[in-house]
Amino acid sequence: MSFINYSSREINCKIVYYGPGLCGKTTNLQYIYNKTNPEAKGKMISLATETERTLFFDFLPLSLGEIRGFKTRFHLYTVPGQVFYDASRKLILKGVDGVVFVADSQIERMEANLESLENLRTNLAEQGYDLDKIPFVIQYNKRDLPNAAEAPELRRLLNPRLVPDFDASATLGNGVFDTLKAIAKLVLTELKKGG
Amino acid sequence: MDQQMVMYEEEFKLISAICERLTREANAKAVLLVDKNGQYITSHGEIDNLDTTSLASLTAGNIAATSGLAKLIGEKEFPNVFHEGEKDNLHLSIVAQRAILVVMFDQRSSLGLVRLRVKKASEELGGIFVTMIAKAQSHAQGTPFAEITDDDIDNLFSE
Repeated sequence: MSFINYSSREINCKIVYYGPGLCGKTTNLQYIYNKTNPEAKGKMISLATETERTLFFDFLPLSLGEIRGFKTRFHLYTVPGQVFYDASRKLILKGVDGVVFVADSQIERMEANLESLENLRTNLAEQGYDLDKIPFVIQYNKRDLPNAAEAPELRRLLNPRLVPDFDASATLGNGVFDTLKAIAKLVLTELKKGG
Repeated sequence: MDQQMVMYEEEFKLISAICERLTREANAKAVLLVDKNGQYITSHGEIDNLDTTSLASLTAGNIAATSGLAKLIGEKEFPNVFHEGEKDNLHLSIVAQRAILVVMFDQRSSLGLVRLRVKKASEELGGIFVTMIAKAQSHAQGTPFAEITDDDIDNLFSE
């Protein structure tokens, strides 16, 4: 849950990037880190294996500016995507304010996308969250690859509820900030409701 | 699901005073308090060269993983965790199920002294957290964000 600090006049929110292994969650954060002004970001932490697969999480703190005299800070986390790291994924979802699901557009990864999405729903439910009620956006990543599935097909399979969704190529940066802005807006809108 | 955490000036002062006293009484280098979800709350002592945001996030990850381990072997949690370094050590303890008290200390102190002082400070902090959570629930409708407009949100992304 977001943390409102009247003393330092700050509001802190937690956003988690979820998705199957190698879908580009860490790449999203790396792109954001590389393109953000030094004064608006903290250190990016990656707890990864020697082969640069996420072992526990990546973490990137971002400041977005002020709203009504409160500094808004977003903490971006990724989960490890590989199936057997499920225990770690559950831990990272604790206290989440918004979720970005990064789907791998490649046709052969469709089953992995669906499995990961179902896993997200289950793990959120274990923490008392309903995926249909929390701020949630979907990113179809790797649109630049030749074996990417058609966009309508991806939407039909992964986004039946038609939450905000974005095409992206995280290595090139396309769609990365659109995704981030969309989830940040949804989180702030939720806060406005008294979330 | 956790309740929304809201820190008011009054409780912040009380919490800061306890951290300040703990630093002194435990001969610690620094004392930090972080939310279990990884948000930094406050600190006292030698923190000028410390990345407190990263420390908060990693501490929360550490405690979350340790609690996961505890459950695997049938324990509710491991309320205290100790990391021993060559020079500096970290003692982490869970406060009121919501926060983590981090004490950084070196050879000027000892694990025994830190544990003793942390126990007392934890009890006091626990009481404050209970008050704070109750206060946040009763003030739930009075959030300053109830009045923000869509324009306010859009302005954050204007450039």
